[in-house]
Amino acid sequence: MQCSKEGSEVNDMLATKINIGRTFIHALLLLFVALCIVPVILVVAISLSTETDLLRYGYSIIPKTISMQAYNVIFNKPEQLLSSYLVTITVSVAGTALSVLLTSMIAYVISRKDYIHSVKISYFVFFPMLLSGGLVPWYIWIVQGLHLKNSILVLVLPYLIIPWNVLLMKGFFSDFPVSIIESARIDGANEYTIFFRIVIPINKAAVATVGLFIMLMYWNDYWLSLLYIENNNLISLQFLLYRIMSNIDFLNSALARRGGAAVSNITLPNLSARMAMCVLAAGPMLVIFPFFQKYFVKGLVVGAVKG
Amino acid sequence: MVNIKKKSLNSKNIQLFTLALPGMLALFIFSYIPLYGLVLPFKNYKYNLGFWKSEWIGWDNFKFLFQSDTAFKIAYNTVFLNCIFIITLMVTSLCIALAFNELSRRWIKFYQTAMFFPHFLSWVVASYVLLALLDMEHGVLNSVIEKLGGEEILWYSEPKLWPSILTISNIWKSAGYNAIIYYAAIIGIDSTYYEAAQLDGASRFQQIKHITIPSILPIISIMFLLAVGKIFFGNFDMFYNLTRDSGILYSTTDIIDTFVFRALRSTGDIGMASAAGMYQSVVGLAIVVAVNTVIRKLNPDNAMF
Repeated sequence: MQCSKEGSEVNDMLATKINIGRTFIHALLLLFVALCIVPVILVVAISLSTETDLLRYGYSIIPKTISMQAYNVIFNKPEQLLSSYLVTITVSVAGTALSVLLTSMIAYVISRKDYIHSVKISYFVFFPMLLSGGLVPWYIWIVQGLHLKNSILVLVLPYLIIPWNVLLMKGFFSDFPVSIIESARIDGANEYTIFFRIVIPINKAAVATVGLFIMLMYWNDYWLSLLYIENNNLISLQFLLYRIMSNIDFLNSALARRGGAAVSNITLPNLSARMAMCVLAAGPMLVIFPFFQKYFVKGLVVGAVKG
Repeated sequence: MVNIKKKSLNSKNIQLFTLALPGMLALFIFSYIPLYGLVLPFKNYKYNLGFWKSEWIGWDNFKFLFQSDTAFKIAYNTVFLNCIFIITLMVTSLCIALAFNELSRRWIKFYQTAMFFPHFLSWVVASYVLLALLDMEHGVLNSVIEKLGGEEILWYSEPKLWPSILTISNIWKSAGYNAIIYYAAIIGIDSTYYEAAQLDGASRFQQIKHITIPSILPIISIMFLLAVGKIFFGNFDMFYNLTRDSGILYSTTDIIDTFVFRALRSTGDIGMASAAGMYQSVVGLAIVVAVNTVIRKLNPDNAMF
């Protein structure tokens, strides 16, 4: 009797210990989650505030008055936003499709241990991960050598094959049993048929996962526009956002020098409009993300274990 | 009897090669041709003359680069900040992953989703988020500081603050992502180890210390060494966007990558830019090779080459 009483006391103590520990863990994790999410909510809140509120009270997480003022201003003259959206969507779709195709083809070939050149090709693919010429020769070659400046191709082509993606894809393909390939060959299929009609359909999930990573890269790209595009009709969405940020700069430093005195009578929704632009540029990611998140996670997990 | 399989020019080999060809072509054009950049700094490159007609000037560009204070400063910033980033990110992600291991699936899903979120935002978007916090006039942090009776901080004008700001931003963006990787390794650990330890009366802390961490040491070392291999390369996107390329902050935030970019685009100093870029590539390669040798000593399977 005494034993079980002591036993249950120990269990209680253990349970409390675990509960304290667990609460502590939750507290820390929630803190980090807040750090991740709250600043973004802040941006959305600012975009929904009126300009006068912002000038008077500063940015706050809960808008004093909810207003679509900022969005109205943007949609009043939406040409630039729409053209950048069009560019980004086109580039993302075309780029992802092409890149996935080329990446999976080359990753598949590398993964075929029974192919005599597979090792040499894999060295060829992975060497650029170790050594590159740097930004300058790349820039000069693309501008002067390939004449790709201000062309939509320049937003797609440089990223077609990224060794890291090939590595990831190869990891997925290595699991594919060679016996299936062998038996298909015996049945008379050629390598193209095997790849497109057998390997890819079976590895759909892997290909889609890498495809998601690639699409994220294209969608978020501003670097190529920054370097190579001067034509406003061809700038990507994120680059547009970056450009607008530079305009705030001018506002910020001018105000700082004048000691903060607001001179203008016009309360054009500059502050909130910029945040609204940010929401519009990031928007699709925010919406798509919850849906595809688990694929990203799964892809990461498998990639991590393989890599 | 001719054995077709032995001949290397058979249909299978040709077909597989053609499958790989487009990718190889793309790589050749965009990654191999630019390797001429390794000799570019030895020339006095002029746009109108092109690569072949510009004259050779030997080590002059490098002399110029290393004589200025800049070379040291940017290398120092790059390496020093990367060290801080590597350690803080690794520790934070590991702690998060270990914490995940103590919770139920539902909670894990919630936290994972929330923490993975910043990974999807571009650094441009992140710069807006940071602006909302740090803006001198309207930012939330300054409002809070004022309400507490303090003086506004000119965040974008204080170089000393930025290593910390950048460290936190780096964690914000990548901890969730890295935690997933570590967590994947953790759940692979055989549960019988824990059961045995529990029978022996080990506390949770002891279990973590003696079972969990040693078991995932391989992946920790790989992640660590991969990061160290890239120590000479900075995260241009983060630095360029968060600091908004503000000259005042260069003393602590200018890294090799931002310097090369500015030299290429703003000052037009091709010589310095190409020299710095080449120096980064070569030292970077040396570091990667050294790191790979270390990995190979630890566990040959994990070595890259």
